[in-house]
Amino acid sequence: MLYSEKVLDHFSNPRNVGEIENADGVGEVGNAKCGDIMKMYIKVDNGIISDVKFKTFGCGAAVATSSMATELIKGKSIDDALKLTNKAVVEALDGLPPVKLHCSVLAEQAIKAALSDYYSRQGIDPIPLVGEIGECEDCHTCE
Amino acid sequence: MEKRFVYADNAATTRVTKPVLDAMLPYFTEEYGNASSIYALGRSAKKALETARESVAGSLGAETSEIYFTSGGSEADNWAIRSAAHRLAKKGKKHIITSVFEHHAVLHTCQALEKEGFEVTYLPVYENGIVRVEDVKNAIREDTALVTIMYANNEIGTIQPIPEIAAVCHEKGVLFHTDAVQAVGNVEIDVKAQGIDMLSVSGHKLHAQKGIGALYVRKGIPIDNLIYGGAQERNRRAGTENVAAIVGFAKALEIAVKDIPEKAEKITAMRNRLIDGLLKISHTRLNGDRNKRLPGNCNISFEGIEGESLLLMLDLNGICASSGSACTSGSLDPSHVLLALGLKHEVAHGSLRLSISNETTDEDIDYILEVVPKVAERLRAMSPLWERIIKEEVSGGK
Repeated sequence: MLYSEKVLDHFSNPRNVGEIENADGVGEVGNAKCGDIMKMYIKVDNGIISDVKFKTFGCGAAVATSSMATELIKGKSIDDALKLTNKAVVEALDGLPPVKLHCSVLAEQAIKAALSDYYSRQGIDPIPLVGEIGECEDCHTCE
Repeated sequence: MEKRFVYADNAATTRVTKPVLDAMLPYFTEEYGNASSIYALGRSAKKALETARESVAGSLGAETSEIYFTSGGSEADNWAIRSAAHRLAKKGKKHIITSVFEHHAVLHTCQALEKEGFEVTYLPVYENGIVRVEDVKNAIREDTALVTIMYANNEIGTIQPIPEIAAVCHEKGVLFHTDAVQAVGNVEIDVKAQGIDMLSVSGHKLHAQKGIGALYVRKGIPIDNLIYGGAQERNRRAGTENVAAIVGFAKALEIAVKDIPEKAEKITAMRNRLIDGLLKISHTRLNGDRNKRLPGNCNISFEGIEGESLLLMLDLNGICASSGSACTSGSLDPSHVLLALGLKHEVAHGSLRLSISNETTDEDIDYILEVVPKVAERLRAMSPLWERIIKEEVSGGK
């Protein structure tokens, strides 16, 4: 299994690692049993994601996709962030090995989970805007 | 700290050493004859082949005619188990006993036999990673054809009570096979004295090249043809012999079985320093029995860390190691070996196997002990699982 140079770069020098105190939205997806958990923090100013941080427990691809996903939404509008797909994350990383594609799905879900939390805190029902956040849909180890 | 290259994955494969390579080289460009040819060049290849077979037999305590060269350990395992199963099935014996933590070459062969109608008992290995002789005894039935238990585990290095298991099998008239791929050269093995009927060995785990190994089959035990064709390997495995690889394998094995106690003492001392040093890191555990394990094996779980990212970080620091994490295997499940010990999935995901050899130095150990704590700290700092573990501890302590 080979990782692209970009994946290795984002793994060894992950961007936006950490937490945001008083974040406007926090989302966590994945579970320990499956071997990956991603936690995303966002700060929103006037509909723009002014800051984003993440913490990830997982493999190289999990760290790299989290890092890339934060880069792709930082400074973007919430609407743009909602449109982020796992495919875009994979493309930005110059591809992922097939067995690692679920990591990119998790990264997309982590962003959506943080946005959901943001809407909920605003008193807005997130479901019509963000949709349901799937639970490890590609994972077969978790019953 | 200066960056080094440290190869600590000798359970995966090993370097071909100079004496082994030197022994092989003439068989590529000078002594390149086909061992089946009648002329001098062929005869000298044949002689090299049979001298190698004699040497391999001697290294294992076997007779020359009991050694069949194979492409490696997996082939030997497949061959031994399938042959024994199919032959004994004709006598109505369709039950096989193995353990839950065998190498996949054994497990998947057993699973394939289950699909053919065989029944397989998978013995537990308990928290220390050791099969109990009593369990083997109790599992043997009238229709048991074969017991196959590995000599030492590839992930956690635990050494099984092989002579005792073999004795129980013989008491009940059951064939006994052992996958000794990890053990040969690390543990003193004498197939006759230890009552082993069939044994698989691989070259590349003991400083020979990849793609060569052997199956020992005790005289009097019939074995099925594996490959049809020419008369090589006593008509059982056709195909022109890989003389260079076989000569190298014999040489490597000869070196490996020499002075085992002295080498084991030296390697065990380094291994213990490694284990003690790594266990100083909080929330770690040693997997497998501490004493009944291969001299070079260290297998540690780090809570809050995922194994693959640990390996990648170590690689960035020049250290080659392996993990039982799901992510390194390409499957979604963590190591079946670690789960067999009763580890939770999340702990199994965070395992690190360092396997050192006679070539490992004290400086290598120092380096690993310097790098791993830093890498563990860095990964834990960005792990939400670690954050949770610590939080739960703090709130639990209140």
